[in-house]
Amino acid sequence: MPELLLDGRALRVADGTSVAAALALGGDGCSRTSVIGERRAPLCGMGICQECRVTIDGRRRLACQTLCRDGMRVETRA
Amino acid sequence: MSDFADLLIIGAGPAGMAAALAAAPSGARIVVLDDNPLPGGQIWRDGPQANLPKQAREMRERLQACSNIRRHCATRVIACAGPKQLLVEDPDRGWLIGYDKLILCTGARELLLPFPGWTLPGVTGAGGLQALIKGGLPVQGERVVIAGSGPLLLASAATARHNGAQVLRIAEQANTSAVAGFAAQLPRWPHKLLQSFTLFNPHYRSGTHVLAALGNNRLEGVRLQQQGEIVELECDRLGCGFGLIPNTQLGQALGCALDGQALAVDAWQASSRVDHYAAGECTGFGGSELALVEGAIAGLAAVGDVEAARALWPRRARWQAFANRLNKAFALDPKLKSLAQADTLVCRCEDVSYGALSGHSRWREAKLASRCGMGACQGRVCGGATQHLFGWQPSAPRPPFSPARIETLLCLDDTPPA
Repeated sequence: MPELLLDGRALRVADGTSVAAALALGGDGCSRTSVIGERRAPLCGMGICQECRVTIDGRRRLACQTLCRDGMRVETRA
Repeated sequence: MSDFADLLIIGAGPAGMAAALAAAPSGARIVVLDDNPLPGGQIWRDGPQANLPKQAREMRERLQACSNIRRHCATRVIACAGPKQLLVEDPDRGWLIGYDKLILCTGARELLLPFPGWTLPGVTGAGGLQALIKGGLPVQGERVVIAGSGPLLLASAATARHNGAQVLRIAEQANTSAVAGFAAQLPRWPHKLLQSFTLFNPHYRSGTHVLAALGNNRLEGVRLQQQGEIVELECDRLGCGFGLIPNTQLGQALGCALDGQALAVDAWQASSRVDHYAAGECTGFGGSELALVEGAIAGLAAVGDVEAARALWPRRARWQAFANRLNKAFALDPKLKSLAQADTLVCRCEDVSYGALSGHSRWREAKLASRCGMGACQGRVCGGATQHLFGWQPSAPRPPFSPARIETLLCLDDTPPA
């Protein structure tokens, strides 16, 4: 059961949970803010659309293709 | 650093796994790359809410047991670095990998068409929703509408229901006679019959398509055109996808010819470029059974076992016939080309509206004028949509094929001294 920090808040999830799922488990499900300022959430679920890109431990990653790990810091407003 | 494979396989879905397992007895040094954290592709995606079939688990175990197969997960191809050499990146590093033979098993993505409200959080692809649920997305008690076209809608609805969602509607755009004609053929395909029995789900409506997703900052409901009448349903999630389009970008960048929207292959699954093969959904939509047999043929052909490859041709022909019927039954209604309004965003990366694209006659011209397709996804979503809406042919991709780190791009200069 890894515990991560999602936008500064601690969240414990089941093993094998994707970061995309964690966004909904611990927040409003959104991943990023678009060019015109809309909040967006994962769309394609399979690494194509880039809507789910978040900052994980300082690097830009796709939430739908990243599994939650203990101590991970995920930011959706970076 | 650099790396070498006698046989490099891009994609670890059913086609890529079958290709690696078929080629393994040759003793070739095989490398399988995949951008997901675990093998299985989309159909056999694993996760805390996934239910993997026995065949998928067995193939995964066999892959792990082969000492001449190395797998690199969470790894994307960033660029063609030289003749038979690719630049790849995983979460920690970038490196070059050379190869003698290559098999493209890059799969397919959903055709996502723009409609008012489709950028609202809560709206996903249909297969996208299924993939997200398998990865642990909570849908317990949520009201879900699935829309679009094809058998994936049923699979997505089944996964949502299995995880506690209330599926209010499955809206299939194809008309009743097309769907009924397809369903009548199902007894000829015993393995597929079981998967498709939910065609008779009471919430299934043919001749029905989405008009708009409703809500302010998040999805609150959906408006449907349902067999001649307009209905609105309150819901928490809408999964909407209009079938699959082959992922041909890497193949195109490598110089492999297209046949329609898919990579062109011959009877050996060989592409137009020598030593480069392709198998599975990137050569045309056909389902996992077809992908498995195509992958095996490609793997055998790539290591020179032509007799064993030829022995699989009848099995491939059988599943190809099924795929042909499927694609005919779920052909898209031209009405779906008029869902977007002038202010509906088409390019979600650069927030370019439908109105900003009207007046252009080609993909390249529209890109230069509006930035459509120039964002992070490199036109993978809006390029598929504009190809369907306007008939624009997207150009072959240029590197980097995906957003990449500077350190990775620096590997391109990592050539040994002369």
